[in-house]
Amino acid sequence: MGGYYGSKNKTMEQHVLLRDVDVPNIREIDVYLAHDGYAAWRKALTTMKPDDVIAVVKDSGLRGRGGAGFPTGVKWGFIPKDVFPRYVVVNGDESEAGTFKDHQIIDGNPHQLIEGILLTCYAVQANVAYVYLRGEFYEPAKTLQRAIDEAYARGFVGKNVLGSGFDVDIHIHLGAGAYICGEETALLSSLEGQLGQPRLRPPFPAVQGLYAKPTVINNVETLANVPPIVLHGAQWYRQFGTEKSPGTKIFCVSGRVKRPGNYELPLGKYTIRELIEMAGGTIDNRPVKGVLPAGSSAPILPASALDTKLDYESLQAAGSILGSASFVILDDTVNIVWAARKMVRFFKHESCGKCTPCREGTYWGLRLYDKILSGHGTREDIDMIAEVASQMSGKCFCLLGEFATSPMLSTIKHFREEYEAFIAAHQGGRRNGYDDELIREGVIDEAGNLIVGHVGQKTAHHL
Amino acid sequence: MEAHHLLREKRTSEIEAILAKYPPERKRSAIMPLLYLAQEEYGYCSPEAMREVAEILDLDPTEVKSIVGFYTMFFEHPVGKYVIDVCDDLPCALRGADQFVSHCERKLGIRAGQTTPDGKFTLRTVMCIAACDRAPVIQVNRVYHYDMTEEAFDRLVDALANENGTGEAPNEQKQGLDVL
Repeated sequence: MGGYYGSKNKTMEQHVLLRDVDVPNIREIDVYLAHDGYAAWRKALTTMKPDDVIAVVKDSGLRGRGGAGFPTGVKWGFIPKDVFPRYVVVNGDESEAGTFKDHQIIDGNPHQLIEGILLTCYAVQANVAYVYLRGEFYEPAKTLQRAIDEAYARGFVGKNVLGSGFDVDIHIHLGAGAYICGEETALLSSLEGQLGQPRLRPPFPAVQGLYAKPTVINNVETLANVPPIVLHGAQWYRQFGTEKSPGTKIFCVSGRVKRPGNYELPLGKYTIRELIEMAGGTIDNRPVKGVLPAGSSAPILPASALDTKLDYESLQAAGSILGSASFVILDDTVNIVWAARKMVRFFKHESCGKCTPCREGTYWGLRLYDKILSGHGTREDIDMIAEVASQMSGKCFCLLGEFATSPMLSTIKHFREEYEAFIAAHQGGRRNGYDDELIREGVIDEAGNLIVGHVGQKTAHHL
Repeated sequence: MEAHHLLREKRTSEIEAILAKYPPERKRSAIMPLLYLAQEEYGYCSPEAMREVAEILDLDPTEVKSIVGFYTMFFEHPVGKYVIDVCDDLPCALRGADQFVSHCERKLGIRAGQTTPDGKFTLRTVMCIAACDRAPVIQVNRVYHYDMTEEAFDRLVDALANENGTGEAPNEQKQGLDVL
């Protein structure tokens, strides 16, 4: 069960989150128990009031690891007094291109996630938690369900937990293939059996979330941080990271490196360059062309930014975001137009269709990239892409549309000359190495002609 | 038994277990887990399957159909016995996924998006499936196969094509769905 052990990368003396790297079989409950497992849960139930748990998480400075980086304890504090029932919802939709950290936590260290869920339920006095996992996590879901069953059997979950009088249930809910469901209000809609489309805020989920009741929604990695914080205290946690970005973070490294994988590191201690070195450096030691610090959603950073420190503030100052810390590494063999098209295609596919700027903007953005990549582009198309993106910016219902502008605007900003050179070299529909994928996607026919209206047709992604 | 009572006849206890997860007045939440169950029984989200899910949840079949249409993992049309999803999103494509998909198409003799004439395999390309460090990566009926090579793909397909094969992967594929 649960075969995701892609990363055995020892980056710390003792990992806080990826403890499966240090402790073999920690996903088994007896092994977990032998390594402080459920000690924080016992401590909270026997010596702490719910508000004490919120206080220690607030003091730790833990920030949401799903991407937004909002302080977790503060988020919990928004739950209104005297409104019941309340819910805890776990965001395990992990769908940002280049992100695979929650996958390893669930497969490799599921009890730490469960313990974090329990502590959160106690902190906000919720008796039910739903773990929303992307539908493709069918196998990880089985691993997690088995761990939950074990935790029930040992009395850590269920009625009157450890004799405390506190009741808590944990249910897994599988999505079915939709990136938008990682957006917290879309996730709630999906969990309620509606289309996974975002809702207007306010009201925020803390006030009216699942079933219009007060709801805390946290990412899988965020909750895995909670047991060690409760067990060892806020000061212990703050030995890692910086003043504004405390703790450790899992960095997913993928793309053109020798050893892609998950690397858990204290925030702010290392640079992007050092992270790439940890991942074995680039394949064939090619020069780095650019880095996407948070998958397709993050503005690309050129090689000149490689000495940027790995924390929320530094990446923002460098012109990008830390987000979910999914570092996709591009070397000088990568065609930036092709890479940008891949990302725009992702957002076109994942746009939920609710608001016009995102639905239409991603559609027309992709058509322009199709035109260029198939060798039918002109220099004016570059400006048109930037125009489409700027028409989307600030006008979309949720962040998906905003994210979709990142690959367009940031690659044009840093690599415009490469766009121009590609267009010049492929004038008149000249065939190139992308024919096969473009034919597969219905962009061009076998003769290399653009197929009019192709983007709206059902493609290889739809059935 | 009527055609659209298949689920209630055969999966009674699983339906009850699913419904028990959600507040009784919020049973619409069970729509996605029930659709997975229905899809397994009916082969795809057929009109009968959607009608039965709608009846269990006191919904209009149109509402169920809108959910089926929104998500990529519910099939509106018949699919092969084995649905092979190959990620060709950027992180995988940086490690050869596009060439790998082309190989898959050649091996199966179909384009991505199509089903083999014998009804055995459906090949799809999918967006990121959260295993980028193990690229190229595929899922066969939602079971991951990491670090794929053309040779490994050929072995897997050959073993699945031959039901009597004793390959490890095919057995893995045969396990039923647990209630989640």
